[in-house]
Amino acid sequence: MIGYTLRTLIKMAVTLFVIVSLVFFATRLSGNPVDFVLGVGITEDDKQLLIKYYGLDGSIWTQYWHYLGSILSGEFGLSFLERRPVSAIVAERIGPSLKLIFGTMVFTFCVSIPLGIAAAIYRDRLAGSAIMIIAFLGYAVPAFVLAIVMIMVFSYWLNWLPVVGNSTFSHYIMPTIAMSGMWVAALTRFTRNAMLDVLSQDYMRTARAKGMPERVVILKHGLRNASITLLSVMGLQIAGWIAAGSVVVESIFSWPGIGEMLVRSAIQRDYPVLQFGVLSVAVAVILINAAVDIAYAYADPRIRLAKGT
Amino acid sequence: MIGPVLKVEDLRVSFGGFEAVKGVSFELGARETLALVGESGSGKSATALSILRLIEREGGRITSGAVLLENDGGKTDLRHLREDALTGVRGNQISMVFQEPMTSLNPVLKIGDQVSEVFIRHRGMSKRDALAAAKQGLDEVRIPEPARRLSQYPHELSGGLRQRVMIAMALACRPKVLIADEPTTALDVTTQAEILRLIKSLQDEIGMGVLFITHDMGVVAEIADRVVVLRHGEKVEEAPVEDLFARPQAPYTQRLMAATPKLGEGSTTREAGLETVLSVDNLSTRFAKSKSLFRKADAGTLAVDGVSLTVRKGETLGLVGESGCGKSTLARSILRLIEPESGRVEVSGQLLTGLPPRQLRASRKNVQMVFQDPYASLNPRLSIKALITEPARIHGMVQAREIRDLAASLVSRVGLEEDAIDRFPHQFSGGQRQRLCIARALSVSPKLIIADEAVSALDVSIACQITDLMLDLQQRDGLSFLFISHDIAVVERVSHRIAVMYKGKIVETGSWEDVLRHPKHAYTQKLLAAVPSPDPARRRLLDDRLEHQDIAV
Repeated sequence: MIGYTLRTLIKMAVTLFVIVSLVFFATRLSGNPVDFVLGVGITEDDKQLLIKYYGLDGSIWTQYWHYLGSILSGEFGLSFLERRPVSAIVAERIGPSLKLIFGTMVFTFCVSIPLGIAAAIYRDRLAGSAIMIIAFLGYAVPAFVLAIVMIMVFSYWLNWLPVVGNSTFSHYIMPTIAMSGMWVAALTRFTRNAMLDVLSQDYMRTARAKGMPERVVILKHGLRNASITLLSVMGLQIAGWIAAGSVVVESIFSWPGIGEMLVRSAIQRDYPVLQFGVLSVAVAVILINAAVDIAYAYADPRIRLAKGT
Repeated sequence: MIGPVLKVEDLRVSFGGFEAVKGVSFELGARETLALVGESGSGKSATALSILRLIEREGGRITSGAVLLENDGGKTDLRHLREDALTGVRGNQISMVFQEPMTSLNPVLKIGDQVSEVFIRHRGMSKRDALAAAKQGLDEVRIPEPARRLSQYPHELSGGLRQRVMIAMALACRPKVLIADEPTTALDVTTQAEILRLIKSLQDEIGMGVLFITHDMGVVAEIADRVVVLRHGEKVEEAPVEDLFARPQAPYTQRLMAATPKLGEGSTTREAGLETVLSVDNLSTRFAKSKSLFRKADAGTLAVDGVSLTVRKGETLGLVGESGCGKSTLARSILRLIEPESGRVEVSGQLLTGLPPRQLRASRKNVQMVFQDPYASLNPRLSIKALITEPARIHGMVQAREIRDLAASLVSRVGLEEDAIDRFPHQFSGGQRQRLCIARALSVSPKLIIADEAVSALDVSIACQITDLMLDLQQRDGLSFLFISHDIAVVERVSHRIAVMYKGKIVETGSWEDVLRHPKHAYTQKLLAAVPSPDPARRRLLDDRLEHQDIAV
């Protein structure tokens, strides 16, 4: 168990290092922030002063070295534009992002798992086929298309739902659905396949032979087994929302979260914010993966007991 | 019979357009054991699953007939019972035990949870009371340390223990009828004997009727009171067990009896040659546990532990032993499909151990293998012609224009028509496929064939034909066999000499007569005592004096 944990930690550290380095070099390739921050008509002397002030003088390797050093000492720097510590900026934005992702997660799982089970049970009937056709169509609609269509219909024409902000429950409806969209379709499909696999197992016959009502057979004996397969997919989904989904959806709905911050800082060449934002997202994704591993072991006693010894 | 508790009348079951059960009727009395016997496709399992209407989940449908359960003087027809009432009967008044203990328990639920839910469902107990009852249930089926088992998962138990858990679940509510569908087929003979004894003694205690489905005439003779013989979905004979074995009436029953190998009938082999074909000397194979960066590789287990044996030209060496004893690992180690740790293997004077890969491949043509599962052993996308001549082509022993002739001569040697060579595996039955596997092995004119449980998956009458074919080939071509099987009666039929394997070691070797008639090692004696005898007059497995004892190697 100690070896396993140690191995996992080393893997996480290596992954983080690679991501941190990639982000550093990628941002340096995209132009000088000083040109962007300053307007026209500034003198060359002032410009050099600012470059030095931001720590952008010296070779790229010197900057990289300083950057790594400051990360290790927990110093993530100040935003070029806001002159505030980037950690404070990110801290403000984590809350709204987490709420949105959590809402999306609950919505996706609550919709697609029951649908997938139903599609498996009624696979030979019209209902089962209908669910799968809808899921297939849903999979073909990207989040930004869904978002824009919803804004057109529910905000512009019907005037039912607000577009910008996150103050009330109704603010959550459209971003949540936009972010869930194709994931609902994918998870429905995965659930159906996992359940179909489980339904034909011998232990399901045993459960029925014991006189268990169909509800218990499906939910207790079936879903517990299917969930082992589903967990890894669900982990990927959550990671996908954190890393990619929130960037698109938060930008469309001006949601004050990490994703919107990343886009803005990239456009404005605000390196410290961008770097720390990406680092936070990477840490979150890695943590989710670790959590899935643990949940996986919990769901499947064969793995749990093998690792425990 | 003390009044029937279960009555099946003119039962018909269809799968799509195919009728699997064609009007079967029988009665089962309280405290009676009725055996439902037949080969694959006889409809015996379809009948069993239809009683509790579990057949509907397997894609089948009861098209006519009645399943009547005696109920406080009245009769309930299960065929027309509503689903919620039916679940009240299942596991309560009628229970089932299935063939595969490895897959019949839910892998993610604790044993205690799985057993106690029966009490919660049918007896309305609280979770705590149900767990206490479950513990008592496990104790009843003689599971050691029942309290500890409650919090274990199925994969932590052996096959025999799992089947005991299944029985504990089935008997939890003291059912009137227990349906046991091949409950011991997947188990070793010694474990089978224990489970049969257990079912019998619990039957006496509870007073239930047992419907015992099996293909094994030996098991029937040991436990049944009456027997119903099924074939192609029809009842061909019904008789008390003594009458059936003494005077089988239906021609099919007679054929079935004749095909069943009986321990003690003797070997049917002819004299073997003197030349040594296979010589294995002190061979050991270790299964190492996983190595990793952070953990030192531990010693692992010796699956084959210093095994020595020889097979002569025209001789069959039977290798018997229970699952996990290392028989298959030994077979694979001989061919170096698994790399042995130490020891020597010589085939016709050529040393196999230590050969570089290229030469090893070339020398493998002298030894060919035939495996257990004839369905998985033939690539479904290749024609028979391509399949059975493949080894010869790999070893460069045949020209492209000779392939057809070679294939035709191979299929005729294994007793199939020559037009078989242009067909595909799915067009053949299990027995025919095993013939094709043998033909494929013959294509490179090997000196030795290793048959690893080659007839274990086949019905007795088919298995009998396959062993006859092997004996034929041996007499005509002087072929040698290493015949690996857990079925001692089959081994007796085909072997000149027998080696008994236990925990990776050969504990006894000798002529078939010495080993089977005068066994010296305690394990051989225990193994032989556990073999069911297909003669109801000589029942012995149910004798409690045979209670299990551990044997030192």
